[in-house]
Amino acid sequence: MNAAKRGSPNVNTEQVNPTEKTPVFFARGLCKNYTMGEVEIKALRGVDLELYAGEFVVFLGASGSGKSTLLNILGGLDSASSGEVTYQQQSLTNISERELTLFRRQHVGFVFQFYNLIPSLTALENVAIVTEIADNPMPPEQALKLVGLEQRMHHFPAQLSGGEQQRVAIARAIAKRPAVLMCDEPTGALDSKTGIIVLEVLQNINRELGTTTAVITHNEVIGEMADRVIRLSDGKIASIHENKQRRSPSELKW
Amino acid sequence: MNALQHKLQRDIRAMLGQILAIAAVVAAGVMVLIISVSTKQSIELSQQRFYQTYQFADVFAQVTRAPNDLIRQVEQIDGVNIAETRIQAAARFSLAGFDEPIQGQIVSIPDYSEPLLNRLHYLYGGRPGAGAQNEIVISEPFADAHGLHVGDDIHAILNGRIQALQIVGIALSPEYIYQVDPNSILPDYARYGVFWMNRSALAAAFDMDGAFNNITLSLQSNADSGYVSDSLNLILQRYGSQGAYGRYEQVSHRFLSEELQQLGVMAVVLPTIFLGVAAFLLNILMTRIIHNQRQPIALLKAFGYSNRHIIQHYLWFTTAVVGIGLLGGIVLGMIVAQPMASLYATYFRFPEFIFGLQPRAIAIAFIVAAIAGVTGTFRAVYAAAKRPPAESMRPPSPPIYHRSWLDMPWLQAWFNQPVRIILRNIQRFRLRASLSVLGIALSASLLVVGSYQFNAVNEMLTTQYRQILRMNLDVQFTDVTPGRALYSLQSLPEVDYAEGYRSVPIQLSNNRKEWRLMLLGLNDHSELRALPGWQQALPTDGILLTRYLAEDLQLELGDPVSVRVLTGRQQQLQLPLAGVIDEPLGLGVYMQREALNRALREGDVISGAWILSQEHTYATLFPTLHEMPMVASITQFAQAEHEIRTYIDNTILGFMAVMFVLAGSITFAVVYNNARILFAERERELATMRVLGFSKAEVAATLLGELAVLVVLAIPLGWAIGMLFSWLLVTAMSIDLFRIPFVLSPHIFALSAIGVLFAALLSLGLMLKRIWQLDMIQSLKTE
Repeated sequence: MNAAKRGSPNVNTEQVNPTEKTPVFFARGLCKNYTMGEVEIKALRGVDLELYAGEFVVFLGASGSGKSTLLNILGGLDSASSGEVTYQQQSLTNISERELTLFRRQHVGFVFQFYNLIPSLTALENVAIVTEIADNPMPPEQALKLVGLEQRMHHFPAQLSGGEQQRVAIARAIAKRPAVLMCDEPTGALDSKTGIIVLEVLQNINRELGTTTAVITHNEVIGEMADRVIRLSDGKIASIHENKQRRSPSELKW
Repeated sequence: MNALQHKLQRDIRAMLGQILAIAAVVAAGVMVLIISVSTKQSIELSQQRFYQTYQFADVFAQVTRAPNDLIRQVEQIDGVNIAETRIQAAARFSLAGFDEPIQGQIVSIPDYSEPLLNRLHYLYGGRPGAGAQNEIVISEPFADAHGLHVGDDIHAILNGRIQALQIVGIALSPEYIYQVDPNSILPDYARYGVFWMNRSALAAAFDMDGAFNNITLSLQSNADSGYVSDSLNLILQRYGSQGAYGRYEQVSHRFLSEELQQLGVMAVVLPTIFLGVAAFLLNILMTRIIHNQRQPIALLKAFGYSNRHIIQHYLWFTTAVVGIGLLGGIVLGMIVAQPMASLYATYFRFPEFIFGLQPRAIAIAFIVAAIAGVTGTFRAVYAAAKRPPAESMRPPSPPIYHRSWLDMPWLQAWFNQPVRIILRNIQRFRLRASLSVLGIALSASLLVVGSYQFNAVNEMLTTQYRQILRMNLDVQFTDVTPGRALYSLQSLPEVDYAEGYRSVPIQLSNNRKEWRLMLLGLNDHSELRALPGWQQALPTDGILLTRYLAEDLQLELGDPVSVRVLTGRQQQLQLPLAGVIDEPLGLGVYMQREALNRALREGDVISGAWILSQEHTYATLFPTLHEMPMVASITQFAQAEHEIRTYIDNTILGFMAVMFVLAGSITFAVVYNNARILFAERERELATMRVLGFSKAEVAATLLGELAVLVVLAIPLGWAIGMLFSWLLVTAMSIDLFRIPFVLSPHIFALSAIGVLFAALLSLGLMLKRIWQLDMIQSLKTE
């Protein structure tokens, strides 16, 4: 844990998978202040962090702990008030809004609690909306096949169950072959059985494509399927825990 | 203040831009009502005041010469209040420094008192001294046109004798509010004036001692004017009477009535269109805005507020919108209406201009706006409040979309996903999209109505002055002249071509309707005067009428028309209606010249000639013509055209320009509101697209795309509705003076399309800030 805070990417002893040592994300002293009306909110108070290629990280924390803010900054949806983030040695701090948009377009896949599919587009088209603008996408059909929805490609969101909608959202997120998949409460709106199916999809993607995956949740159990579990509290990293063994989602119960 | 009131205040503040835009629609509708109603009212009030205060007569009659004693008999007629005789004559005037001839009407006033009827309002100076022979009062527009003052000199040719006169007064008369040469339809203040002199002076000049040639009467309030006219005619018959006529056939009054009638129509049609459209737009906009308030409504219900409470809450919101619009419309309307009305009034000379506005107009505006706003609000709030609160509190299930003809494989290739989103959204919410399209189309149609007349008027005048009246000059003779007089004109070097015509004052009547007009006798296949729609030779028996006139008299082809000649032997003729002429300006009665002369039992005579000549020769031509004893006056058509253009520009087109600006603001407000509502409805989707890596510009393009589809659909619909509105307006506004033709020029369509597109771009420009500041995270987390 201390190493994670202090260590440089080159001298990391806590690597789970020794073959992938390079950090995809590297953050130092991240702070984020919001002004909500006249109240200043310190959402992040100095976070140091690395995310490594191919790892599956779960961020745990109560609401308001800063986990979503952290993910949004890493994913280029938001920018830090101070501190530094780099993505593959490229700084994400102090770059223009335009460059952030391009960064998201090329490298980051997002999955949200409420799916955020575009209701007027079919599953296939919801994926295609991303592949049309990405540099090196996979065919939308393939992405849907990866999440097990090849049979429902031409359905509209309203014709899909919640779990299916979330899988379309995952397919949409991975179709651009992102370096990182950011999932904010991906099971938050789903029952446990459906949630597990979604988590299995995320795990498969992580394994088969080697996509670095970051999942935010307040569900402790989900942490058991991760390589690392990072707990946030009060805008700081409270602990980093490494799982010796990742459990399969089907073994999880909540 | 309770919590709901706080919410109301904040909602209003948050949606201020939108509220102001909707209020602007209401305000524009109200302004149109106020401007059109008050323009009419102001002129009407000023006219009534002038008539009453200065004793405008009710009945007029012209005779050749009648003894003064006759007035005793006239006064005995049942229903006559006041009768007054006078001497009235046409005269020519000349002013030092003004080379062109001046025509005028000179009217006598009593030597020792004010006239009893048609009294003068003196702006400067006063009446001639008692018994003064060389003092004259001139009309104000004539004085203005020449910059004449009391004390200046003017020369008059009275009954062939030139006389030097001194101006002692400048005045207005209720008889000449609209001061125009009876031979033309528009005033030419520099070349035509009205003058007043002592009765004794005119009696001397026109050999009218102890006699009169004009009599005017006012009637008792319960008088039977038909009976009075008949009795008067009987008395005056022997003295060369042209027949008594009422105010309706008095030139100035007639013209003013026509104008008021036209304004009256505009005051009904335009506000109906504008306020109707504004009400409709208010209704749909309020519905849409409140539709987006589903969530807070559900929340309020969940807290236990009753439907009544909630509806009341939103009605306050509507009240704010309607209130701002109404107030703004009334205030701006009054600010614009007064100069507008006085612009009209410059053509009508009143001693005082009274600005009038009926409270009823404001009441109507209020009721229409309130009903439209309240029903729109009620409908939307009720629909939202009806749903169980829990349903609205749950995350929304995505609306159901289906594949459709837009998904045909051959079309698919053309669309990327953003295009598909746009098309499916429109298709899915067809009613909503249709209402948006209709709303934008209605505003576009107002642009058509507002701009339509500009080109139509131009077209009308071009037809009249290029195709119908091909001559440059009209030379009127003092009297009927043998046809060979034409040779003396044709022989002038400045004259390229000359053609004689015969005109005679007549009275047309049918079904109790009467018209005093000039019957024009034309050569067969006239080179200088076209009759639109009549190519063949002129009928040898029978007359042709302007279509508007034939319709007004309810005459069909072949019907006998009763024509009473008002000069000479005063024959009563029955002539069949041989055809109708489609001419946009004035009212015409036409006949073959030979046939007319035959019917009047005259030989080959003419009463004037039309001339084709070059304008640069006028300097030598005019003096030559004026030397000729038979020439009474000369009319230049280029000048007449210029005058009528100025008149229409200043009145109707000035009015329509204001309408056009208002239509433009409505268009902008409607398009802006549609864009705002669209944005509110699509915010989540747009935020998702931003997250997925679409740039701000691409997201803006998606929104613009949807707006563009709506706008592109709306424009042709707007054209169609606008054409319908224009047709209604043009039909309703037809008057004696002119009938604006229903011609559609490409400019109008272009203008309305550009107006709408411009409004769309401007709206989007104003919304760019919102799109730029779109909070991706917030929009994704809520709901």
